[in-house]
Amino acid sequence: MTLVWLILIPFLGGLLCWQAERFGDRAPRWIALGTMLLELLMVLGLWISSDFSLPAEGAANAWTLEWQIDWIPRFGIQVHLAIDGLSLLMIALTGLLGAMAVICSWKEIVQRVGFFHLNLLWILGGVVGVFLAIDLFLFFLFWEMMLVPMYFLIALWGHSGSQGSSRIGAATKFFIYTQASGLLMLIAILGLVFAHHAATGNYTFAYADLLNTPLSETTAWWLMLGFFVAFAVKLPVVPLHGWLPDAHAQAPTAGSVDLAGILLKTAAYGMLRFALPLFPEASQAFAPVAMTLGLIGIFYGAILACGQQDLKRLIAYTSISHMGFVLIGIYAGTELALQGVVALMVAHAFSAAGLFILSGQLYERLHTRDMRLMGGLWGRIRGLPGFALCFVAASLGLPGTANFVGEFMVMFGAFGVAPWVVVIASAGLILAAVYSLFIMQRVYYGPPAEETPLAGLDRREMVLLFGIVALVVFFGIYPQPLLDTSAGAMQIVQQSVQQAGAMMGGAQ
Amino acid sequence: MSQAFVQALLAISPLILVSLTVIVVMLSIAWQRNHTLSAILTAIGLNVALLALLFGWTLGPVDVTSVLVVDDLSRFGGVLVLMSTLACVTLAHHYLEGYEGPRDEFYLLLLSAAAGGLVLVSARHMTTLFFGIELLSMPLFGMLAYTFRDRSALESGIKYMVLSAAATAFLLFGMALLYAVTGTLDFAELGASLSTRGSDPWLLAGAGMLLVGLAFKLSIVPFHLWTPDVYQGGPGPATTFLATASKVAVFLVLLRLFQSTLAFHENWWRDLLGFIAVITMLVGNLLALTQNDLKRLLGYSSIAHFGYLLVALVVNEGLAVETVGVYLVTYVLTTLGAFGVVTLVSSPYVATGGMADASPLHHYRGLFWRRPYLTAVMTVSMLSLAGIPFTAGFIGKFYIIAVGVEAHRWWLVGSVVLGSAIGLYYYLRVMVTLFLHEPGMQRRDATHDWAERAGGMVVLGVATLVILLGLYPTPMINWVSWVAGS
Repeated sequence: MTLVWLILIPFLGGLLCWQAERFGDRAPRWIALGTMLLELLMVLGLWISSDFSLPAEGAANAWTLEWQIDWIPRFGIQVHLAIDGLSLLMIALTGLLGAMAVICSWKEIVQRVGFFHLNLLWILGGVVGVFLAIDLFLFFLFWEMMLVPMYFLIALWGHSGSQGSSRIGAATKFFIYTQASGLLMLIAILGLVFAHHAATGNYTFAYADLLNTPLSETTAWWLMLGFFVAFAVKLPVVPLHGWLPDAHAQAPTAGSVDLAGILLKTAAYGMLRFALPLFPEASQAFAPVAMTLGLIGIFYGAILACGQQDLKRLIAYTSISHMGFVLIGIYAGTELALQGVVALMVAHAFSAAGLFILSGQLYERLHTRDMRLMGGLWGRIRGLPGFALCFVAASLGLPGTANFVGEFMVMFGAFGVAPWVVVIASAGLILAAVYSLFIMQRVYYGPPAEETPLAGLDRREMVLLFGIVALVVFFGIYPQPLLDTSAGAMQIVQQSVQQAGAMMGGAQ
Repeated sequence: MSQAFVQALLAISPLILVSLTVIVVMLSIAWQRNHTLSAILTAIGLNVALLALLFGWTLGPVDVTSVLVVDDLSRFGGVLVLMSTLACVTLAHHYLEGYEGPRDEFYLLLLSAAAGGLVLVSARHMTTLFFGIELLSMPLFGMLAYTFRDRSALESGIKYMVLSAAATAFLLFGMALLYAVTGTLDFAELGASLSTRGSDPWLLAGAGMLLVGLAFKLSIVPFHLWTPDVYQGGPGPATTFLATASKVAVFLVLLRLFQSTLAFHENWWRDLLGFIAVITMLVGNLLALTQNDLKRLLGYSSIAHFGYLLVALVVNEGLAVETVGVYLVTYVLTTLGAFGVVTLVSSPYVATGGMADASPLHHYRGLFWRRPYLTAVMTVSMLSLAGIPFTAGFIGKFYIIAVGVEAHRWWLVGSVVLGSAIGLYYYLRVMVTLFLHEPGMQRRDATHDWAERAGGMVVLGVATLVILLGLYPTPMINWVSWVAGS
C-alpha cells in the first residue's frame, strides 16, 4: 500500500490546497510544502528500509516492493505498481524538486494560489505514477495525464513572453507535441499487446508478460519506434524538441523546475524501463541512429544556447545539450554508461533546477529575462551571483560536481561501444564551457546597467539554494549511494542489451 | 392472448409507454397549461419506460412482428436514447422558463422524437427504419425552430428540414432500388441477396443511396454541411437531443445494417468507407480549429467523433461492435456534459431576436472564477472529448485505436492520431478560455441556483460519471461486451 499512497498523497494534497485557498494565501503553500516533504520522507524511509543489493544472476527484475490489483479484466489490465532502485531515485528526486518548486514560487505566484498548487501537485502525482506503474496501460495513463496540469501551469501562470509568443501558444504546443507522440506510443503498446494475444491467446498489459513476446523483426522495429518517438519528444531529442524552449520561456519558475528537473527524466526513465528491455534487438539495431541523434542534440543545443538573449531559453537549450549525453549513455548499454545516465539525470535535475530558480529570482528583481538588459549584477545583488557561479560550474561539468561524475561515466562507459561518438561528444564539452561563461559574462560581469543595489537573498531563497549546492557537491564527491541504489535495476537493463547483442552477433 | 403476444407486448412496452406519455401530456396540456406539470409528467413517463426496458432485459431477444426486434443491442440503444432524452427534459425545463410563448409543446415533440429513436434502434426492416427516422426527425424540426422569433433558431429548423427532406429522398430511392432488385425489405434477406448478387449495379446504387441518407443524419463528410449552422442556431435542449439521442439511434441502425445487409467483405468497399472515415475526421477537426463559437465548435467536433466511430464499422469484426457500444456511451455522456453546460449558461431563455443562446466563446471567458463547479464539468467534458486519460473519452479512444490496430488498418489509426492532435488545439482553447481572467467582456452566466435544479444535477452527475468511468471502466466494458457478445 505504500506505493499507492506515494501516488495518492500529491493528488489529495492538491485537492486540499485548492480548498484551503479560502483560508488565505499561506495555507495552500504550507499544505503543498508539507505534502511534498511527506512524500520525500516516505521515499527516504523506503530507501533506508529496503535492500538494493544486486539481484541474482538471470533475475528478470529487481523489484523491492510490488502491489497489484485487477482493474479492467476484459483486457488483463491491472493496477500494478512496483519500485526498484531506479524508480526510487526518481521518486525521491520528484519529492525534493516538488518541495523546491513550492518554495521558489512562494512570492512569485500571487494569483489563484490554491489552484496553482493543485496543478503543481497533480503534475508531481502523475510523475510519481509514471515512475511506479509497470502495467503499460497504467503507465500510459499517467504519462498523458500529467500533461493537463502542466498545460494549465504554463497557460495560466506563465509569463507572456518575448517577441509576441504567448504563453497559451507555448502551452498548447507543449501539449500537442507530447500528446500526439503519446498516442503513437499507445499504438505501439496496443500492437505489442495484440502480438502477445496472437501468440498466447491472452490479453495482458503486464510488463513482465510482455517482456517475452515473440515478435518478428519488422514488427519489433516499428513498435520500438513508437515508444522511442514518444520518449524522444519528451527528452527531447533534436528534431522533436520544438516545444521545449517555448514552454520553458513562458512557464513560471516552478513549472520550469518541474519540467527540466523531472518531466524530462520520465522520458529517459521510459527508455530505460520500457524501450530497451521490451525490444532489445531492435533497440540494439537502432543504437547508432539514437547515438547520432544524441550527438546532434549536444551540439545543436549548445550552439543555440550561445545565441540566446532570453536567460530561460538559454538554460532550456543547455538542457537539450545535456540530454544528448543521456541518450548516448542509454543506447551505449554498458553498465557503466547506464549508471552514468542515472547520475547525470540526478545531477542535471539539480543544476537545471538551480539555474531556473536563479533566473526566476532575477526576474522577480529585474522584471526581465533579457540578458541584454542585465550585466554587472555581481556588485548589485548580494549572494545570488555566487550561487550562479556554482550552478554554472556544475552545468559545464566541473570536477567535484555531480554532473562531472555523470558525464564522465557516460563517456567512459560508451567509449568501448562507440569510440568515435565519445570523441565527438567530448568536443561538445567545450561548447558547454562557452555557453556557461556566456551566462556569467553577460549577466553578472561587464558594465552594470544601473548602479542601484537590488534586494539580496532572503532566508528562504538562501536555504533553498544552499540545499541544492550542497547536494550537487555531495554527489559530486561521493556518488556511491546513488550508484549502489540503481545498480540492480541497471544491471537488468544491461543484461537484456547484452543478450540482444550476443544474439545479433550469433546471427551474423 | 398467446404467450408470444404477451412477450412481444412486454418487450416493446418502453415504446408503448413513451407513446402513451405523449398522449397523457397532450391531454394534460389541453386540460390546463402548467409548464412544471408537463415536464414532470414527461420525466415520469420516460423513467417508467426506462424501468420497463431494464426489466424487459430478462426476456432475452424477442421478435415483435416481422419488422421490429428487441434484442440486447436495441435495449442498449434504448437506454442511451431514454437517458439522453431525460437529460434534455431537465435542461429544457430550466431553459424554457424564460420563454414567453407556449412552453409545454416542447415536451410533446421531445417525447415523439424519443419514440422515433426507440423504433429506430429496434428496426430490422426498411419500413421501420424509414418510419423511425421520420418520427425522429419531424419533431426535431419543431424543436430546433421552437424559439422561432430568434432568426437563428428559425434558420436552423428550416435548414434541417430542407436538408432532411433531401436525405429522405435518397433513403427512399435507395430502398426502392433495393426492393426492385431483390423483392424484399427485410435486413437479413436483403443481406443474403446482396451477398449472392453483390455486383449488380442497381443493388450497389441502392445500398449507396441508403448510406447517403443515413450519413446525412450522422453528418458524415461530405454530407455534414448543415451541422454547424443547425447546432449553433437551435435552442440548447434541442441541440442536445440532436447531438445525443438522435445520433445514437441512427448510428445503431447503421451498425445493424452493417451486421446484416451491408456486410460486404470486398476490399474496395472497405477502402471507400475508410476514406470517408479519414476525411470525416480530418475535415471535422480542421474546420473546428478556427471557430469562435462554442456550439459550432462542438458541431464540428461531433463530425470528427463520428469519423472515429466509422473506423469500427470499416473493420466490422473482432472488437468492432464492442467499440461502437463503448464509444457511444462515452460520447453521449461527454456531449451531455458539454451541451448541458452551454444550455445552463443560456438558461433561462432570453429573447434577443437574433442569437438567443450563449454560444460565442467569449461569453465563457473566466467562467471558472464565477462558477467553478460548472466550469469543472465543462473542463471534464472537453478533456473527455479530447480523449485524455482518466476520463471516459479516453476509454472510447482506446477502443477505437485498439480496433484499428487489431485489424492492421494503419492508415485509419494514423488518421485518428492526427485528428486527435488537431482536435486538442481547439479543445484546449475552450478549456483555457474558461480559466482566463479578463474583465470587461460581454458574458453570460448560469443562474445562481443552477446546481440545485434538476438540469444542474444531471450535468454534475454526468461529469462525475465521465470521471468514474475513466477511473474504473470495468462495469461499462463488461456491460457492453456482454451486449456485443450475445
